[in-house]
Amino acid sequence: MNSIGLYKKYCLIHLKCVMQHKVSFFLTTFGLFLMSFNIFLGVYFMMVRFHQVNGFSYQEVLLCFSITLMSFTIAEAFFRSLDTFDSIIRSGEFDRILLRPRNCLFTVICSKIDFTRIGRLLQTILMFVYGILFSSIHWTLFRVIVIVLMVLSGIIVFVSIYLIFASICFFTLEGLEFMNIFTDGAREYGKYPIGIYGKTIVTICTYIVPFSLFQYYPFLYLTGKTENAWYGLLPIAGCLFLIPAILFWRFGLSRYQSSGS
Amino acid sequence: MIQVEHMNKTFKVARRSAGFLEAMKALFRRESETIHALSDISFFIGDGEMVGYIGPNGAGKSSTIKILSGILTPDNGTCIINGRIPWKERKEHVKDIGVVFGQRTQLWWDVPIIDSYELLKDIYEIPTQTYKENLEELTRLLSLEELLKTPARQLSLGQRMRCEIAASLLHSPKILFLDEPTIGLDAVSKLAVREFIRNQNKRHNTTVLITTHDMQDIEALADRVLLIGKGTLLLDGSLDDLMNHRPKEDATLDEIIATLYRDYDI
Repeated sequence: MNSIGLYKKYCLIHLKCVMQHKVSFFLTTFGLFLMSFNIFLGVYFMMVRFHQVNGFSYQEVLLCFSITLMSFTIAEAFFRSLDTFDSIIRSGEFDRILLRPRNCLFTVICSKIDFTRIGRLLQTILMFVYGILFSSIHWTLFRVIVIVLMVLSGIIVFVSIYLIFASICFFTLEGLEFMNIFTDGAREYGKYPIGIYGKTIVTICTYIVPFSLFQYYPFLYLTGKTENAWYGLLPIAGCLFLIPAILFWRFGLSRYQSSGS
Repeated sequence: MIQVEHMNKTFKVARRSAGFLEAMKALFRRESETIHALSDISFFIGDGEMVGYIGPNGAGKSSTIKILSGILTPDNGTCIINGRIPWKERKEHVKDIGVVFGQRTQLWWDVPIIDSYELLKDIYEIPTQTYKENLEELTRLLSLEELLKTPARQLSLGQRMRCEIAASLLHSPKILFLDEPTIGLDAVSKLAVREFIRNQNKRHNTTVLITTHDMQDIEALADRVLLIGKGTLLLDGSLDDLMNHRPKEDATLDEIIATLYRDYDI
């Protein structure tokens, strides 16, 4: 069976597991929906007071936020295993994964799929649709492509960060909390177009961790703040972040030292 | 066929004394100590042999199993199993082996056992016919009929271990590594597991390497014993060789092992 077929089987078995605990599943899903709704309210009240941020209207900010949050949520739902990789190593589950005649990164990814994130995904879709309908963006085919690229690139950037986090777990299992700065931090900062935080942050988010490549620059093009169409293609450059992440994973894997008996 | 020659494995372990100050110090300067998990291990196991691998806790038993199954890479030395180097040709190698870790499970906790098996069929790409035959045979020999539709979390330890062993054999491996398969089992389950392993070896000529602290396991299963202590191989011989080390005429196997540990200072 090929990998895609096998992935589907894994999805199915994860769904079956989830359905064993229906109440817990629905409560968690609902909770996640409410939590992100809360963040949305935060943005709403801010915008009621100030009307616009750095020239971005309420609908535009909402659209920008939903793109970041959607990428983050999809990455979290399907790559949760990388985010919790320290526990996979600690429990010895990774040894078991190495015993499977499959690519081990693939098997790791299959080992956890978190369907409760659907709650937040729903919320982001609502904001996304609202943002598209009511913002004053002049839609062309190219702009539609750009917005799809933004979400895809966002997913890849978040997955890359997870992958780097997971690779660090091969070396140490302590002090990993700081990696949340990049994931949860990016989600929080991602509420507004990154440009509003000033030049330093934009520089960091362009050259070190490429958040602004999928969120800020293409968004400038989308909203007509710049006519430079190349800005719309920068999300593709953001995807390149995956390359060093995968190389780092391979390096980490070669240093793996198992745990316990 | 398992051939191991002059294999070494060291681990770096971070150390610090107790206390807050020491913990703060460790933030800046980590003291690590090199532990020789395995030093200069060599042995040969032929097809269809049943070998007991014994030694005290921390002797290096699990490390050996992990290297033989391709999970860990030794520092140096060679290891060739059925013509392959485990850690270099991992994917091909693991199709040939079955591994049971007595203290860990490979079954999905929340779904019926049969669902775990079906997934293993897809992971290992077991042909449907082979899978059916193997499942039928394992179900009969391990009396799994009643258990297959139950989720793993609702099984007793003995029941789960039987399911666990079946899970490792679905892809008809030529070699079976058992890491403390009888740990925590009651008398009936232990006997059932031993009986099954012996049968499996006879029927399919499966090579079995078993680590255990239960001397009755060794007595019942192993034709040959490897004793390891502090990372070095101390004794490689038959059960009779082991018996020759008995301190008094009517010593039990446990006493013999205890004496050996003492004699070899491990």
